[in-house]
Amino acid sequence: MILLVFLAQTLRIVVPYLLAAAGGVMSERVGVVALTLEGLMLSGAFTAAVGSYYAGSPWVGIACGLAGGLAMALLYALAVVRYRADQVVVGIALNLLALGLTRFFLRLAFDSSSNSPRVPGFGGGASLAGGASTNPAVASLVASLTNPLVWIGVLTVPAVAWLLYHTPFGLRARAVGEKPEAATSLGVSVPRVRVLGVALSGALAGLGGAYLALDQHQFTDGMTAGRGFIALAAVIFGRWDPKRVALACVLFAAAETLQIQLQGAQVIPSQFVEMIPYLLTIVALAGVVDRATPPAALGRAE
Amino acid sequence: MTPNDTHSAARAAAHPGDAGRVDARRSAPPPNEPAAPRRERVRWEESLLPPLMALAIALVVGDLLILTFGQSPGAVYRLLLEGTWGNAYGFGQVLYKATTLTFTGLSFAIAARAGLFNIGAESQLASGGFAAALVGLALPNGTPGLLAVPLCLVAAAIAGGAVGAVPGWLRARFGASEVIVTIMLNFIVLAALNYVIATHLHVPETLHTPEMGSGAMPRFAAFSALFAGSAANTVLLLALAASGALWWYLFRTRAGYELRAVGLQPDAAEYGGVRVGSVWIRALTLSGALAGLGGLNYVLGYKHYYEEGFATGSGFLGIAVALVGRNHPLGVVVAALLFATLSQGGLAVNALVPKQMVDVLQAVVILAVATSVPEVRRALRAAARKRGGTP
Repeated sequence: MILLVFLAQTLRIVVPYLLAAAGGVMSERVGVVALTLEGLMLSGAFTAAVGSYYAGSPWVGIACGLAGGLAMALLYALAVVRYRADQVVVGIALNLLALGLTRFFLRLAFDSSSNSPRVPGFGGGASLAGGASTNPAVASLVASLTNPLVWIGVLTVPAVAWLLYHTPFGLRARAVGEKPEAATSLGVSVPRVRVLGVALSGALAGLGGAYLALDQHQFTDGMTAGRGFIALAAVIFGRWDPKRVALACVLFAAAETLQIQLQGAQVIPSQFVEMIPYLLTIVALAGVVDRATPPAALGRAE
Repeated sequence: MTPNDTHSAARAAAHPGDAGRVDARRSAPPPNEPAAPRRERVRWEESLLPPLMALAIALVVGDLLILTFGQSPGAVYRLLLEGTWGNAYGFGQVLYKATTLTFTGLSFAIAARAGLFNIGAESQLASGGFAAALVGLALPNGTPGLLAVPLCLVAAAIAGGAVGAVPGWLRARFGASEVIVTIMLNFIVLAALNYVIATHLHVPETLHTPEMGSGAMPRFAAFSALFAGSAANTVLLLALAASGALWWYLFRTRAGYELRAVGLQPDAAEYGGVRVGSVWIRALTLSGALAGLGGLNYVLGYKHYYEEGFATGSGFLGIAVALVGRNHPLGVVVAALLFATLSQGGLAVNALVPKQMVDVLQAVVILAVATSVPEVRRALRAAARKRGGTP
């Protein structure tokens, strides 16, 4: 039973990581730094809440979340691909922009500086299952399994792996991320592939944000709370390979679940569990065991 | 260049007058070398045009945001200026905010001059403030300021510098991207500090340490009643001194020259006998120390205790400050005043439009400067080549 509780909670936590990290893999594999994941997720969460609220349907929320992340990603692509601006600086600026814009429009749309009103989301299954079973773990699991974003999240990783390794676009994308000069000489348009990669990352991260807002039935200020950076950590710890990245996401989510489960027990202070993804990432970069090597053209303007 | 040299070209783009892969045309010497004064002018234009363009763009975005809220832009901007430079209290608050931003701006600038990104000012600032508060708490009550203040200062610099040294060393030793390491360290260090405060040092019911018995630096309000109530304090003088010292270090010392050489062309610097790895470590350590000193503004100058999250956001804004100040110590001070005015101005206009508007404007300024720097450089150099005559 404890295992079931653990699994249900891990599944709930891992979905946004999977979505955002899959986006991060797409962006970094075409050579564009994915420091923006946090901002993309936050934008997606906000637009999803707005869409779901005004349309009264979480499905519209999903579409809006995707569009919100996509719009921010296109702005990012415009700055770093078209204008060849510095990816790190623009990435940080975009995170600040997402934070500012969501706060501003939160005041404008809902006249609040902290959260939106309750919006339609997924999780109606919880009450349904609650009728059938009084077990909270089963109820939570059923709620997750009736949430389409959970399925999208779980299927995203194999989809991205297939796209990268089994399609012509994936081959071009990897070439652009490793050696853009070679790709150019073969007639591949580097800017176009990069814009597509970044756009895809925005759509996926936006869905990750939408999951957060629709799962909690509201948008709260800064609700991503560093999840975009944990997703980035998973991308690096998973060495830019979709399968390993997914495993990293599951690992980080499991650690978080463990911390929540142990909260009462005071075994390890929660702050130390919070550090795990970040510490592992630094260790991976330093290469104590086997160094994580990023795509060769990552961060290069062209 | 190692394969792990992740962000090298992005980095190159951050510096004016920087050779790199970003624009291959520039590496060829222009036909008919233009006369020195003209080149000087191009350099000035390259530095000043992007920030000015960015401000213009921010003004337009600001207008749009204000209009969506149904207010008149003129009235809002007037209120913003009146609430900041228009009265002594507002101006004092601007000076207070500019003090922290000067330190974090200088911190980003020195690393950027060495070709590195320090995104870790957020946690380095907190570590510096924490260390200063610890020293202030440990010293017996009534320790003379002449002894206590320097001790706090050194503690802040060492704590910030230590946090900065880690990514420097990892970069020099393993080629680990300092961008990622500093971001990850932000989370790690802040979580560790929160743990220490939450379990050992906090005053019950709060998130801050007890007040320190010694080491406080006077507020301006102590000298002039005009500043009454505002947080502006003498740490501002330290910030100005740090800016002067950094200018001296960068442009008048051999170590500073080496640092800039590494930032412009690490391979060439190495060939010229500079030990690139140790310059990286030194630059990030100094960068962390400068950010750490920024913690003094709140801890020594204002509240006299360390509080969880006391400077959230100042580290990231330091990036904006350095970018607009073109990584020049003097420019950083001016840019810090600009961003402090925006921050404080947000509070002043909150009655008309949400103060969150300035968060958007600050981000727009960074975005616009970062985007226009390569464009302006290309345009100006093309124009200069044309003026220089046909080959």
